[in-house]
Amino acid sequence: MIENISPRVRHVWGRNFLVFLRTWKVSFLPPIFDSLFFLLALGYGLGQFVQDIGGVEYARFVAPAIVAIGVMNSSYYETTFGSFVRMYYQKTFDALIATPVTIEEVIVGEILWGATKAVIYTVLVLPILVLFGVASLPSSLLLVPLALLGGLLFGAIGLCFTAWTPSIDTLNYPTFLFITPMMVLSGTFFPLESLPLPLQYFAYAVLPLAHITSLARALTLPTAAPLALVSIVWLAVATLLVMLLAIRTMKRRLVV
Amino acid sequence: MTTPAILAEGLEKRFGDLMAVDGISFVVEEGEVFGFLGPNGAGKTSTMRMIACVSPTTAGRLEVFGMPVEERPREIKALIGVVSQENNLDPDLSVYENLTVFARFFEIDRAEAARRAEELIEFFGLAEKRDTVIEALSGGMKRRLTLARALINRPRLVILDEPTTGLDPQARALIWERLRALRARGSTILLSTHYLEEAERFCDRLVIMDGGRILVEGRPAEIVSSRMGRAVIETPDDPAVIDCLEREGVAFERFGDLVHVTTDTPDALVQRLVAACNPSRLSVRNATLEDVFLRLTGRGFKE
Repeated sequence: MIENISPRVRHVWGRNFLVFLRTWKVSFLPPIFDSLFFLLALGYGLGQFVQDIGGVEYARFVAPAIVAIGVMNSSYYETTFGSFVRMYYQKTFDALIATPVTIEEVIVGEILWGATKAVIYTVLVLPILVLFGVASLPSSLLLVPLALLGGLLFGAIGLCFTAWTPSIDTLNYPTFLFITPMMVLSGTFFPLESLPLPLQYFAYAVLPLAHITSLARALTLPTAAPLALVSIVWLAVATLLVMLLAIRTMKRRLVV
Repeated sequence: MTTPAILAEGLEKRFGDLMAVDGISFVVEEGEVFGFLGPNGAGKTSTMRMIACVSPTTAGRLEVFGMPVEERPREIKALIGVVSQENNLDPDLSVYENLTVFARFFEIDRAEAARRAEELIEFFGLAEKRDTVIEALSGGMKRRLTLARALINRPRLVILDEPTTGLDPQARALIWERLRALRARGSTILLSTHYLEEAERFCDRLVIMDGGRILVEGRPAEIVSSRMGRAVIETPDDPAVIDCLEREGVAFERFGDLVHVTTDTPDALVQRLVAACNPSRLSVRNATLEDVFLRLTGRGFKE
């Protein structure tokens, strides 16, 4: 499995990048605007009615969560709906594996591309947050490598669902059963500490977004994060495991 | 002895309970045009997908240019070009980009890829559409581009799965014409098709498959003459004629409203039948591969 992965992965990535350059206007402006609206509505609209959270103004509290959610969405949607369209409707994977590119390289290339979308998103949205004064420099620059790690994880998670889904419509299930609850239960819009203790443990045990949000918040405020190392290790291990799972399940689907 | 382009021995492909390819053996020499004919579900595509190293074999031996497909798929894939049944071009990219992006998968450097892309665009008559996005191309142009793309790595073996299906006659003629040019360059070509007349003219050798097995293999003309004889006599299917044929002891087949009698000596037999049976109508034509195909695979509906 691993021996079938070579630098040819970059060609799979490159193919997606080229298509992205052709279609970036439709594929990229929406998430940026999404984030902007969230920041305005929550940070400044709702924020007027919210007392500061642990001494932090609400807009500053919610800004890193918006980035974390954007990272999740950019990579997750890319490797679910995006990859599914390439795999099922455009037969792109079939064309690729007829060349010296291996199926493993196609899968890893897709995950890398999903992570790239998360990075591009972060690079574009970060200046906006800085402009609004809700993300501090230079520590917030570390959001970029964080986006890469989080993007790899959510890219791999998305691809597992793509390997499983019978049709494009059934991809809505993981989205509303997993992604949406995670979006609200990961210490994003309110602190995790306000949840019952078992739920807090649950969040840190299984919700990747909880870790990404807590790391992002430590970077934008910035503030000391005693558990940062735990979160980084958790994310790295999860990324590795889920990537292996994605390769396994996608191969089972595609190699017939 | 030179290494054959493809060597298959007892090759099998199983999908669950379905035996898609049921122990077939054949050899394709380099420079040959080899055809796979057969009804849908005969196992043609499964066989081609195994040769192209995209579908693992279930059992048997399969070598391409002397390399076993399980062991050296990457090297084999570098030497072949594949045109699959389904269009899998990149819809968001232009004609030119479809070719150059594909070249990268073969590690062809940019300058060389650009040169080959221009050359292929010219060869397949796509120059006017060079910068057009794929979605705006006609079915025939998409097929030509798929074929062009399969040649970007200058393959020693080209695999074509129904290259002309779904195209209008003009587009089909153009594809065959380009394939003949390719054959003239000495490329080994493996193809499946439902157009038997075209296969008969184009293939050096072919197999007719059904139910995962090879029913017959050989040169088209030899297959026709050994299986059908030289000619087919057709008369309308009416009871008097049937009685007469049975009386005369002439073997015949009934196909819908026609009766077929195959023979190597059409002139003598026609005279005899006209004298003995006095059919309302009678015609003689050369036996074709289609006759063999229908005799071997049956005339019933196939999915």
